[in-house]
Amino acid sequence: MTASLTLVVLMAVLFGAGVSIMLERSLTRVLIGFLLVGNAVNILIYLMSGAPGLAPILGEGVDPEAISDPLPQAFVLTAIVINLGITAFMLALIYRSWWLAQLGAKGDLVDDEAEIAEDAEEAADLIRSSAADDQAIQDLIDASDEEPDEDLELEASARDDLETRPPASGAPRPTDPGATP
Amino acid sequence: MTAVLVPLVVLLPLLGAATALILGRHRRAQMAVSLGVLSAVTVIAAVLLVSVDSSGPAVVYIGGWDAPWGITLVVDRLSAIMLVISAIMLLVVLVYSVGQGIADQHRETPVSIFHPSYLILSAGVFNAFIAGDLFNLYVGFEILLSASFVLLTLGGTGERIRAGVTYIIVSLVSSLFFLSAIALIYGATGTVNIAQLSVRLAELPGDVQLMLHLLLLIAFGIKAAVFPLSFWLPDSYPTAPAPVTAVFAGLLTKVGVYAIIRTETVIFTESDVTVLLMVIGGLTMLIGILGALTQADIKRLLSFTLVSHIGYMIFGIALSSQLGYTATIYYVVHHITVQTTLFLTTGLIERFGGATSINRLAGLLKASPLLGVLFFIPALNLGGIPPFSGFLGKTGLFLAGGEQAAADPATAWLTWIVIAAGAITSLITLYALTRFWNMAFWRGRRELEGYESVLLGSVLEAPEGATVTATRTTPVLMVVATSALVMVTICLTVFAGPLFELTGRAAADLLDAGNYVSVVFPGGIR
Repeated sequence: MTASLTLVVLMAVLFGAGVSIMLERSLTRVLIGFLLVGNAVNILIYLMSGAPGLAPILGEGVDPEAISDPLPQAFVLTAIVINLGITAFMLALIYRSWWLAQLGAKGDLVDDEAEIAEDAEEAADLIRSSAADDQAIQDLIDASDEEPDEDLELEASARDDLETRPPASGAPRPTDPGATP
Repeated sequence: MTAVLVPLVVLLPLLGAATALILGRHRRAQMAVSLGVLSAVTVIAAVLLVSVDSSGPAVVYIGGWDAPWGITLVVDRLSAIMLVISAIMLLVVLVYSVGQGIADQHRETPVSIFHPSYLILSAGVFNAFIAGDLFNLYVGFEILLSASFVLLTLGGTGERIRAGVTYIIVSLVSSLFFLSAIALIYGATGTVNIAQLSVRLAELPGDVQLMLHLLLLIAFGIKAAVFPLSFWLPDSYPTAPAPVTAVFAGLLTKVGVYAIIRTETVIFTESDVTVLLMVIGGLTMLIGILGALTQADIKRLLSFTLVSHIGYMIFGIALSSQLGYTATIYYVVHHITVQTTLFLTTGLIERFGGATSINRLAGLLKASPLLGVLFFIPALNLGGIPPFSGFLGKTGLFLAGGEQAAADPATAWLTWIVIAAGAITSLITLYALTRFWNMAFWRGRRELEGYESVLLGSVLEAPEGATVTATRTTPVLMVVATSALVMVTICLTVFAGPLFELTGRAAADLLDAGNYVSVVFPGGIR
């Protein structure tokens, strides 16, 4: 049997690199290692077809002795398809384990009770903020009634009040028609 | 005539899986499809067994391409026996999981993924049993492995992902070993057809044969969970849903054992690794069962007994005598049934008692005598108490061992040591299971708090700590399925005579590799 030295060396390098990467702890590296070793095995299978020849299509006037062995190519194709499927699954698994490591099991739990509590809090915030707005506007009007010349200053401080107040979480601020004088 | 049926055992589950996937939103239709498909395969397998036993092996050349070029499917007696028993197991476990799914609104086993994956797993198992060439065997392994990856990580909880990663990487490494072995065997012989290999491999130099032989054995040994390649099993199987664990424990390791049987009988007729297999068989038994001794969690305990009892089959294969293979095949059938049953019963215990650890279970016998019976019979069976099939299988193996020791005085001492290891393993299995029985079933419910016993002194909880789940109802369908399997184990005992005769004929087939070759190549081999 004739074998190409380049392919043998390539196979050996892929095997060596793949195995050493596979021994790492990180899942992504294990996957890369698996891909390298998988390809090394594919090359090993391909090497078994011996000396390269014509494309393995048996037409008229083609000498069956001159074509290369088609069987290893069929094996390699099958192995590549299987590897592709496994890789897709491994990627999903890695993503999933990353997700769990980042967020824990809570990452994909939307608790009914927690959601209801959050809604109630948002509603309370909304009421509180509109009440505070009303209060600020009322203060503004009162101040303008009493001291016409301090108008600008007070307006500025009232605006500061509005801005330093903790914003209602995510809720759109209600527009008060009374705000514009 | 019946050869037409052979491809159907793979085709039907595959088509069923496709249909089930399309019917993803119609649960009832999906269940009907998968139950229908597996029932049909069970019937086909039974027909094949009868026809193969009476009129010789069935061979199919896919696409009409003759043997060394095309894909060959071969069903001889061993394949037919394995097909029948695995089809029955898959069907019963499916009924069990349907019962569980209906009761839990499909939380544990979501139908849209579970049923297609389950059918693909079945297709892979059946394909491995009927494969007539090494590469098709590899494809069968890959089909069942890919489906098992999905089933093991169902739901994607942290625990399952962690267990799944170990399982997947180990399986992938074993597949790479297998594929490399196929490549090298093809390079050495120019064929992957098992029948042709049987002739051509024998012509190779002895050391080349030994290397190829060991490479294949490593690949299959990882799949069969043979010591020292068994470390992955007790960490990965127990986390899956009960029906999935049951199928994995019952069938997947046995596919590896089946492949080892084929390797030893048909593929490598000349190369002899008897001593190696015998040592490994003995070590697998002892080390597996010593692991089981320290487990508090019944699922982990059973996983260790699973590893341990693979050792008996390896021992039987190592003997490579008529009686040895007869007993091995009987033992494989027995072990598939009894291990599946025990895991299904464990699923019932978990639902009923809300835990799987012996530190947290008590008073089950009083609460549910039926559950007691469903656990007690297979437990005694696994422990090898007469008159159950476990006892018969082990007796057969020990008799075969004694015969071998008498015939071959050079390795007689080794054989006797392994037989002794087998007897000890059997006793320790009984001890571990009886301890679980005492604590979970006989102990009173009120004794649970502050209970101290020498029996509990040495047990370890599962690494993640024992989980306590809410107790749930045990649906009738689940209990019926488990009871049916217990009945099957009893049938294995009652009909042990005819079964032993059947496995004896299968063993005779195996020992005559020329027979296999002439079946695949009726016109003689080039």
